[in-house]
Amino acid sequence: MFRTWRQKITLTDILVWVIGLSIAAVVIWGTISTLQSGKYSAESWFDLVVKGLALGGVYALIAMGYTLVYGILRMINFAHSEVFMSGPFTAVFLANALNNSGFLNRYPLLGILAVAVLSMAVSMSVAVLVERVAYRPLRNAPRLVPLITAIGASFFLQYTFRGFYGSGFEAYPTIEALNGAWQLGTVRLFKTQVVVILAAIVMMFMLYAIVMWSKLGKAMRAVSEDKEAAALMGIDVDGIIVFTFALGGAAAGAGGVLYILQFPVVHFYMGFIPGLKAFTSAVLGGIGNVPGAFLGAMVLGLLESVGPNLFLDGLGIPVASQLKDAIAFIILVFILIFRPSGILGERLTQTKV
Amino acid sequence: MALLEVNNIHTYYGNIHALKGVSLKVEEGEIVCLIGGNGAGKTTTLRTISGALRPREGNIVFMGEDLAKYKPHQIVQKGIAMVPEGRRIFARMTVMENLEMGAYIRKDKQKVAEDLEWVFELLPRLKERRRQVGGTLSGGEQQMLATARALMARPRLLLMDEPSMGLAPVLVEAIFDTIVKINKEGTTILLVEQNALMALSVANRGYVLETGNIVMEDTGEALKKNPRVQKAYLGME
Repeated sequence: MFRTWRQKITLTDILVWVIGLSIAAVVIWGTISTLQSGKYSAESWFDLVVKGLALGGVYALIAMGYTLVYGILRMINFAHSEVFMSGPFTAVFLANALNNSGFLNRYPLLGILAVAVLSMAVSMSVAVLVERVAYRPLRNAPRLVPLITAIGASFFLQYTFRGFYGSGFEAYPTIEALNGAWQLGTVRLFKTQVVVILAAIVMMFMLYAIVMWSKLGKAMRAVSEDKEAAALMGIDVDGIIVFTFALGGAAAGAGGVLYILQFPVVHFYMGFIPGLKAFTSAVLGGIGNVPGAFLGAMVLGLLESVGPNLFLDGLGIPVASQLKDAIAFIILVFILIFRPSGILGERLTQTKV
Repeated sequence: MALLEVNNIHTYYGNIHALKGVSLKVEEGEIVCLIGGNGAGKTTTLRTISGALRPREGNIVFMGEDLAKYKPHQIVQKGIAMVPEGRRIFARMTVMENLEMGAYIRKDKQKVAEDLEWVFELLPRLKERRRQVGGTLSGGEQQMLATARALMARPRLLLMDEPSMGLAPVLVEAIFDTIVKINKEGTTILLVEQNALMALSVANRGYVLETGNIVMEDTGEALKKNPRVQKAYLGME
């Protein structure tokens, strides 16, 4: 954007800036009038922020799958939403069985762990299977081809799981230990949201540690920079690619468990919207960048939960929260116009010049 | 039996016949150089040995074993490491991480730590820069890093592709000094070079490659005195 300043400013640039500035104006105006109206208390803003972070935690874990695979193969794995869906959709049966036997409420921690392990295992296997069947045979094909098989794999998985488990909704049992909220002075913290945020942060840190400091993680980074040179180091490139899909799949399965703690209903189509949002988070943060995916997911989660009330309520728009996706994506579009490589992404255009 | 025997290999890029029956031998402990003009097939020869390309005909025998059944990363485990053309270091990883990748196949941590010291002794500049990201090194330092990285695999045979490319004359000498030192410490080297004069000066034997064929083979000294080589590759009339 700044380069065009010095060279020449086209009509499109002016238009983009005008639209960008007017959106910024609406946002600022809306924010001021919402805050002036005093309709929401500090406590309810706090609630929204926590809710946004919990949502962001789920997006962050799913986004890892997109960003890791992109880093290695420079390809968007559009079947990743279904990798995410497969875990919790399978684990619901275990959760209900555990609930019926009373185990889940007697040992909630063990119960959730068992559900999480199953969910992660299923998502991981599906991710590895997709790589093996849909992507590896096309490793040297033009880049559009695996994109098409990705979409094909996505539909295949949706309808396969529909075939397995039916097209209805399955409900997760509620876990009594996570019901309710803690009251800290005037501030209220929902137990599930606290658990989700903490778990997401711990898991993101573990993923970061694996990528940065483990031998396999370093090999992943080497493969993502230069496959042929990595092979010359004795690194099994195909093996590392499988490991990448497995890691991203496991993260998505874990994200699935955090998702159902907040929205305890699963169905075969449940992956689409969270998958799209997680993909958005990855792009927003700078695709291929692990801390970027986390940051992008948190920003998106916050925009979605705080945004509608903060920006639109003061303008007299009824039920502003229904516009949460519109707000999130409009802001995404503008962040990408002004910073195409995402928040933490490298400025590819500059390094290439 | 030679350490490496390349027998009549034919390698293609798509339909382009790049190597038309190349045969060469490298004995244990030697420095062997491969000289030739642009497009003669020098890099192709090395890439075929390292497994990045597959010969359509002929075979490559290393320590008595045919390499055809191995993938590139398995060939490294057999004891062949390569310093690729254009260095190909991992620019976003630190010098230390690059060296760790070089030792990726090795399990004996104790020995790896010793070799790290050895490599730092050989190339002290890298020790100073070990926390720096590879992309921020100068061209000469990157070449040293690429060499050190390959040495960390403790190869029986080291393939070097144009180690002097793009370097200032002082650095070229430093690189060739290092090559001789590495060789003295027991690593066999197959060297590909544009800088034929330097290469022939350090090599025990040399091969001249022209459009995919070996056209001459002799000791380094003899090739240096050969009028045809002098005219074509050493810039003497």
